[in-house]
Amino acid sequence: MATAQSTRTTSITVEVDDMTYTDVVEPRMLLVQYLRERLGKTGTLVGCDTTNCGACTVHLDGQSVKSCTMFAVQADGHAVTTIEGLAQGGELHPMQKAFHEKHALQCGFCTPGMIMQSIDLIKEHPDPDEHTVRDGLEGNLCRCTGYQNIVAAVQEAARTTRESAASTTEEGAA
Amino acid sequence: MTVTEIGSPRRRKEDQRLITGRTRYTDNIVLPGMLHLAMARSSFAHATTTAIDTHEATSSPGVVAVLTGRDVADEQGSLPCAWPITPDQKAPPHPAIAVDHVAFAGEVVACVIARSAAEARDAIELIDIDYDELPVVLDLEEALTDATLAHPDLGTNKSATWVFDSAEAGTGDDVAQALAASELVLERTYLQQRLIPAFMEPRSTVVDPTGEQITMWSATQVPHLLRLMLALTLSIPEGKVRVVAPDVGGGFGGKLQVTPEEVITMLAARRTGKPCKYTETRSESLMAAHHGRGQVQRLKLGATREGIVTGLSVDLLADMGAYLGLVTPGVPILGAFMYNSIYKFAAYRFSCTNLFTNKAWTDAYRGAGRPEATFAIERLMDDLAHELDMDPVELRRKNWIKHEEFPFSTIAGLEYDSGNYEAATDRALELFGYDDLCAERDRRRAAGDRVQLGIGVSTFTEMCGLAPSRVLGALSYAAGGWEHAQVRVLPTGAVEVVTGVSGHGQGHETAWSQIVADRLGVPFDSIEVLHGDTQTSQKGLDTYGSRSLVVGGMAVVAAADKVVEKARTVAAHLLEASTDDIEFAEGRFSVRGTDQGLALGEIAFATFSAHNLPDGFEPSLDSDATFDPENFSFPHGTHLAAMEVDTETGEVTLRKYVCVDDIGNVINPMIVDGQVHGGLVQGIAQALFEEAVHDESGTLVSGSFVDYLVPSAADLPSFTTDRTVTPSTTNALGVKGVGEAGTIASTPAIVNGVLDAIRHLGVQDIAMPCSPHRVWKALQDGASKGLGAEEPVPDRVAPEQDAGPMNSSGNLPTGDFQ
Repeated sequence: MATAQSTRTTSITVEVDDMTYTDVVEPRMLLVQYLRERLGKTGTLVGCDTTNCGACTVHLDGQSVKSCTMFAVQADGHAVTTIEGLAQGGELHPMQKAFHEKHALQCGFCTPGMIMQSIDLIKEHPDPDEHTVRDGLEGNLCRCTGYQNIVAAVQEAARTTRESAASTTEEGAA
Repeated sequence: MTVTEIGSPRRRKEDQRLITGRTRYTDNIVLPGMLHLAMARSSFAHATTTAIDTHEATSSPGVVAVLTGRDVADEQGSLPCAWPITPDQKAPPHPAIAVDHVAFAGEVVACVIARSAAEARDAIELIDIDYDELPVVLDLEEALTDATLAHPDLGTNKSATWVFDSAEAGTGDDVAQALAASELVLERTYLQQRLIPAFMEPRSTVVDPTGEQITMWSATQVPHLLRLMLALTLSIPEGKVRVVAPDVGGGFGGKLQVTPEEVITMLAARRTGKPCKYTETRSESLMAAHHGRGQVQRLKLGATREGIVTGLSVDLLADMGAYLGLVTPGVPILGAFMYNSIYKFAAYRFSCTNLFTNKAWTDAYRGAGRPEATFAIERLMDDLAHELDMDPVELRRKNWIKHEEFPFSTIAGLEYDSGNYEAATDRALELFGYDDLCAERDRRRAAGDRVQLGIGVSTFTEMCGLAPSRVLGALSYAAGGWEHAQVRVLPTGAVEVVTGVSGHGQGHETAWSQIVADRLGVPFDSIEVLHGDTQTSQKGLDTYGSRSLVVGGMAVVAAADKVVEKARTVAAHLLEASTDDIEFAEGRFSVRGTDQGLALGEIAFATFSAHNLPDGFEPSLDSDATFDPENFSFPHGTHLAAMEVDTETGEVTLRKYVCVDDIGNVINPMIVDGQVHGGLVQGIAQALFEEAVHDESGTLVSGSFVDYLVPSAADLPSFTTDRTVTPSTTNALGVKGVGEAGTIASTPAIVNGVLDAIRHLGVQDIAMPCSPHRVWKALQDGASKGLGAEEPVPDRVAPEQDAGPMNSSGNLPTGDFQ
């Protein structure tokens, strides 16, 4: 019975965007529901109910996950980063900058998930060709852009990330 | 006036909040004491509800109330249709919550109001509904016979028949005579499968009944129309309703609607006195938000042996679904003016019968009537070229309106103000490498390669900028087509622009800032664009039909120009000069021939303080303008697709796509490219991927993103886009609209390309979407008929599922699922 289930609760402790939260949740509460409804992290969005669209993508311990496909209790003891925690010290993340610069968004609804997935993608593929980007974003749907500018943005962010890593290395060497 | 912003690829103002998650989509809104709604939806496509037991649901934890259709029958009214295309149009009443009778699977039969969304959904499972199933009508040819009725009380499935005849209208000859006299007549039936708009943001509505006005936030394209319709439908004084479209996650026509869910949320909030929210799931959205397309197109094209088209007859069956939405009946009628496209036909007749079926209602989807028309004529032109063994581009050249012939009165009764089809086509052929690709196709065809190459051609034009109000009146549409804007100059010299269009991804905040920056000579960043709230944007007709820039942008121009004239009067007074001697340039009013002058900001502050203004001058520079276009605008373009078809597996690959669009002057080329890319993909998706599939009982089979194939990045290549510029002559900006162009032209380009690759193997037609299975089956059928198949395709094990009707037989596939 749903009603019986809803009376059972569990305490979880989760770090979200550099803040630690302890909350009592129903076992059936999805991570995305926890983020949106409990923490007010409405930057992360819900676009489907079958794990196809990727609008809810966040990072769990630095790896992209679809937060509609995890229970909040599974995030217990883990660190979550959402679109709202990306910019650091008032400075946009290179992927956010690239999406803006390359016009990789229109209505913006897929954008939080698309950005989170793209960051994961270039971590794994620092210099991705077009095919790699397209394959890596297969789980994130966009209805506005036709993806062309998203591909360009991901490659641009990969380039700036490589360059900044290279200059950091040079500075370190000097 | 400086001209620095218009035409520049300004990065968007909208982006900052969207890339950082500081968004205000409707589902993000939380209000004190807010209650949550969930809907019980009919699992049958056609039934009477004999009993609804809500007892257990009502006592479920957190539930505040359960509403059935009977509970709200006296107050819910009937959802509006604003476009009765004929005086005798028939339509069933459309209650927000069904009362005793359901006509499609997914229709709302009850609503639970609870303290949380989860509790509301839990309680839905506890509602016990008894249905008596009724026979369903799903197929358009069957609906036409009236053997089974979608609404027995209506007595027929025929809603209306609408006819345009060039002989009767005096725009051309009689089509029957023209076809009878033609050396060649092609008869074809094409199918426009049902599509689902599939905007990424599921629809969501919040209604706050506290305070003096009832406020509705909704994921809508049309806050102004929605406010008016809520007032009319629910008999609420219009002034007591405020509608806000906050951040809206895409629409594509799918949010051009007044929905049952919006009305139900309003009713729930009024009943409970508490803010109420309803957000649909994706499954609900696919099932119950309106669908698009859904037509059988029966066509006859007459031509001479030299390839000159002599006449076109169009006979449509259009699927309304179970109910008429806001503009449902008018969608196929918008196509009536576009079947002649860019061509000079001597005779034309269009007839459309709108039919009810037991499927979700249809209404506008990107292009709305015009993609269907363009598909039909562009397929016909390729079929004719094949019949005459003529190059398809050459055939089009023989028939299109030449650039020196504009303005041109068309056979459908429109006046095209401008265009240059030659220039756009020449550029597209060059970028595409047309001759080389045709040569490669011929080589591979001669060699009998397993993977064949096909070249798809599509030209198009469309009527944009909906619309001159008088024309809409002549077409029996209830509203006008004007647009409103207000430009306000604040004491600091900053500018607020209020627009009646309601963007949901189009970048209006950026483009309107560019227009006003040039018009008033103020910095781009000093301009704030306000929209989507009937309290701040008090007047408007919203965003659809590629109208925002062409109509709404022109209203902004008109309002800005009024500001300049008011400011000129103040400047003349302060500078002690005649207004005739005041020049305005780069944001500064100067006395001709002197170095004396004042900036707009200085004049704004002087007007604000109002200490020293001309006698009788109203102390304000703020200006309103309402712009009613004198004509539609007519973007056009030429699109070319290179399609590879694996003749063994039926797999289709888009290898290269080039489009050259002429949308007139461009405000922001970056935004325009984005619109074209996204439009192309939606058109390509109709050609290759998407279809709303129903089983024989009328249940939507493609009811989630697992089955409804919105393409991903991995399904597509990048496109080559370019433009020619032939400015519109009917608006001061010279703009034409770009929102629908890509979607209109790409579908026929893709299908023509697929057919070109395998026509020599006996394939005449493939019903969309051209899935691998359908292409494979068409190849099998072609080989078995032996039509031109010099090397028969060997027998292979068939793919798992049976395909159902493969060719355009006139029956819309219902149980066919690849």
